Amino acid sequence: MPTLTLLHDGRVDEISVADLARPTISPEQVESLLGWELKPEGLCQGYMCIPVDQDDLVREDGLDLRVLADALQRPLVTEEKHAVASLGASHHDRAEALDSLDAPDFTLPDLAGNLHSLSDERGKKVLLVAYASW
Amino acid sequence: MYEELADEGFTVITVGIERSPEDARPWIEKASPKHPSLIDIEHLVPDLYGMINVPTVVWIDEEGRIARPNDASFASNRFKLLTGLDSKRHLRRLRAWVRGDAPALTPSEVRKHQDLPTAAEQEARAEFTLAWWLSREGHDDDAERHYERAGELAPHDITIRRGSMRTRGLNPMGLAFLKIAIKSALTRTPLYRRIEDSPA
Repeated sequence: MPTLTLLHDGRVDEISVADLARPTISPEQVESLLGWELKPEGLCQGYMCIPVDQDDLVREDGLDLRVLADALQRPLVTEEKHAVASLGASHHDRAEALDSLDAPDFTLPDLAGNLHSLSDERGKKVLLVAYASW
Repeated sequence: MYEELADEGFTVITVGIERSPEDARPWIEKASPKHPSLIDIEHLVPDLYGMINVPTVVWIDEEGRIARPNDASFASNRFKLLTGLDSKRHLRRLRAWVRGDAPALTPSEVRKHQDLPTAAEQEARAEFTLAWWLSREGHDDDAERHYERAGELAPHDITIRRGSMRTRGLNPMGLAFLKIAIKSALTRTPLYRRIEDSPA
């Protein structure tokens, strides 16, 4: 079976797909990679479930990735030639997070490769400065 | 600024939105800062905070709450003529907030000034992620389609459009950027989104 490279949540994962033109993903990987469990009531995270039309979502060889992305309101863009897909973040999730006023946490490396998180600075006032050389 | 306020329970975190740590190295080494100076080659921070250009600053309080959302601010007035942004005003305000002399913004003011991400902006970010992966895998020709598409979806997102120029063999200080700047002026879409508030 061909392999699809799935770029999501800052990660790169490989999933086996029967058809690159209409990729599917196993329910196990939906749970382990994306954190959603398929139940009779829909796609669930704990007690919260999103209702989905399971006739559209569930196919012989797994869950239809495009239908899944639509249900989660996440953009999915693909480059079939190189067997790669990018699953972006839902604008609802991003907007909800910002509207809560909790500053989204992140972990990034410095020049030496040491990782730092915003949450390491809890207890201080922080000026976050995004800049670029371009 | 950092030196002056570091003892007052304050820190700066800089995040270079770059293609590689090497692009940021000369800047960071020249400043040799004592605060965290991070590199973000995947544009994670622009995605999480809905940033569409740099420089963008966010004030975050002791509890990790946003005290002042995305605001365009330069460290100096070197580009004031070009951008119309006065860095001194921002520094005055910041100093007063850190020292507890003046509040930042109220939660409702913060929300009022937030531009929450749209579906098109998130799709543009997904296209950028795909294009950037293709570039790094050596598929520049195929990457180009996705950079183009990202630019169509979010023409105002300068982190994507200008940030990808060097990768695509374009000069971010040249004609390609000038075109974006002129278009932005004609359509009255500001390149730098700043918070308009009363003089400090």
